[in-house]
Amino acid sequence: MVTTLVASRVSPGRVGAVIGRNVGALRSGPSYWIVLLSGFFEPLLYLLSIGVGVGALVGDLTVDGRTMSYASFVAPAMLAVSAMSGALAETTYNFFFKLKYMKTFEAVLATPVRPAEVAVGELVWAIVRGSLYTVIFLVVMVAMGLTEPGWALAAFPATVLVGLAFGGLGMAVSTLMRGWQDFDLMGTGQFALFLFSGTFSPVQDYPVGVEVLIQLTPLYHAVELVRGLCMGVLGWGLLGHAVYLVVLAGAGVWFASRRLTRVLCD
Amino acid sequence: MADQPLIYARGLVKRFGEFTAVNGIDLDVAPGEAFGFLGPNGAGKSSTMRMIGCVSTPTAGELRILGMDAVHDGPRIRARLGVCPQLDNLDPDLTVRENLVTYARYFGLSRAESRRRADELLEFVQLGDRAGGKVEPLSGGMKRRLTIARAMVNDPDLVLLDEPTTGLDPQARHLLWERLFRLKQRGTTLVLTTHYMDEAEQLCDRLVVMDGGRIVAEGSPRSLIETYSTAEVVELRFPGMPEVGPRYAAALEGVGKRVDPLPDRVLVYVDDGDAALAEIQRRGLEPTSVLVRRSTLEDVFLHLTGRTLVD
Repeated sequence: MVTTLVASRVSPGRVGAVIGRNVGALRSGPSYWIVLLSGFFEPLLYLLSIGVGVGALVGDLTVDGRTMSYASFVAPAMLAVSAMSGALAETTYNFFFKLKYMKTFEAVLATPVRPAEVAVGELVWAIVRGSLYTVIFLVVMVAMGLTEPGWALAAFPATVLVGLAFGGLGMAVSTLMRGWQDFDLMGTGQFALFLFSGTFSPVQDYPVGVEVLIQLTPLYHAVELVRGLCMGVLGWGLLGHAVYLVVLAGAGVWFASRRLTRVLCD
Repeated sequence: MADQPLIYARGLVKRFGEFTAVNGIDLDVAPGEAFGFLGPNGAGKSSTMRMIGCVSTPTAGELRILGMDAVHDGPRIRARLGVCPQLDNLDPDLTVRENLVTYARYFGLSRAESRRRADELLEFVQLGDRAGGKVEPLSGGMKRRLTIARAMVNDPDLVLLDEPTTGLDPQARHLLWERLFRLKQRGTTLVLTTHYMDEAEQLCDRLVVMDGGRIVAEGSPRSLIETYSTAEVVELRFPGMPEVGPRYAAALEGVGKRVDPLPDRVLVYVDDGDAALAEIQRRGLEPTSVLVRRSTLEDVFLHLTGRTLVD
C-alpha cells in the first residue's frame, strides 16, 4: 500500500532532478568529495584494529556450530555498518542541513517537484553514496580472504537494502530533529547499535532479555542478513531480516514525505 | 478564456491553529499586470503569496491560478510560476551557474536546454562573469539577482516576488527595478509584496493594502493617493515639540483636510501647499521649519494601517 501510494506521486524525471542536485554539488568543487570520502574509513579502521588486531588475541570463533576466524565474523558486520553509516550520513546531517538551514527543499518545492519526490531522490542518492563504501569494502574483504567473490556479489544487493532501510529511517528522524543537540543523541544511539548488534560478539552470548531487545533494532537484522550472504549460509531467516529492512525503508520514506509536507507546505 | 484573470481568489482564508493570517480576501490579477501587496509585517502578505505559489493550502475560499485550481493542480501551476522568496535560498554547495542548471532540471528541462537558459539568464542579471564561482561571496544585490534569474528559468507566466529589494543598497535596488521593469515590458505578470512605498509606485500598476489579514484598500498608486490622501502634505516643526504638538494641531484645524500631529512634527494634508502656507502665516503660527511635498503612498499606508509599530 505504501509503495503504491508513493509510486502514484513520484515522477522518475523529477526524482532524477533531485539526485542531480547532489551530482551538481560534486561538480561544484572539492568540499563534498571530502565529506564523501571521509565516511569510508571508519568501518575499515575497525575491521583492521578489532577484527584483525583483537582477532589475533581472540582466536577462532564458533557460532551456530560453524567455526571461523574472528576477522571473518567481524568483517560482514563492518560491511553492514558501512552501508548504514553511508546512508545515515547523507539522510541525517546533509538532509537536515538542506531542510533547516540551507532551505534547499523549500526552493525545490516551489517547482513542480513534490515532497515524496524529494524524499525518494535523497534516498536514492544516499544509496549511491553508501554503495560507494560497500563496493570498496567488499573488494577489501575479498582481497583479505574474508569472503568469496561470488558471495561478495550476493551480499552487495543486501547492502543496498541496508542502505535503503537506514536511509528511510534517517530521513524520518531528520524531519523530527529540533537542532544540532539532537544529533548528539542520535550519535549515541547509532554507536550503541554499532557495538551491540551482533557486530563484535554473537548476540546469543547476551542475556535473553538483551538479546530480544537487540533483535528489535535494525542493525541486528542488517548484520545477520549481510553476514549470512558473505559466509554463504542461506536460510529462511535471511528472508525475515530482509522483510524487516524493506518495511523500515517504506515506512521511513512515507513518514518523511508526510513530515516534509507538513513542515514546508503548511 | 483570454480575459480570464491569472489569479482569481474569493474569500481566501489561511489559519494556523488559532491564528488567522489571511482573513477572507478577494483578488483578480490580469495577465501582464504588475500587482503589489502592501502592508506592515504580519498583515498576511507572505501567507497569501505562499498560497498563490501553491506551497500552502488555503484553509477556506476559492483560489484559481492560470485557470487551474490551486489545491488540486499544484504541480501543474508551479510548473508555470517563478518564485523569488523573501529570504534567499540559493544553494551554497553549488556554483552560480549550477544553481540555475539544477533548478531548471526540476522543471523537466533537458540538460542542454538548462545550460543554455542558465547562460542566457546570467547575462540578463549581469552575473555572467561570476558563473563558475560559489554563491557565498556574492553581495546581497547579486544574490537577489541570481534568485530572480532562477525564478525565470522555466520562462514563467507569473513571477512572485516576496520583498524583492529588502536589505539592498540603493544602487542594487535600482538595478533590480530596471530588470523587473524589463520583465514587465516583455509581458510577464509580476506579483510582489513590499513595504517600500517607492518600490510599489515604481513597479505596480495596481496594488492592495493589507492589514490584519484583510484588504483595506485597492487601486493604482495614483488613485490610492487621491482617495486616501491629498495632493500635498505640509510638514511643520514648532519650538517645544512634542509637548506643544496637540496645541498647534488644534490651531491648524481647517487649514487642510486633515491634521496629523506626530511627536516631532505636525502633518497637514492639503490640496494646495502654497495656499495652506499663506493661511498658516495669516493665523500667526511660526513654525521653525516648513516642508511642502507631494503626497506619497507612504501617507496612504500610514493613514490606513496606523502608526503603531508592528513587529
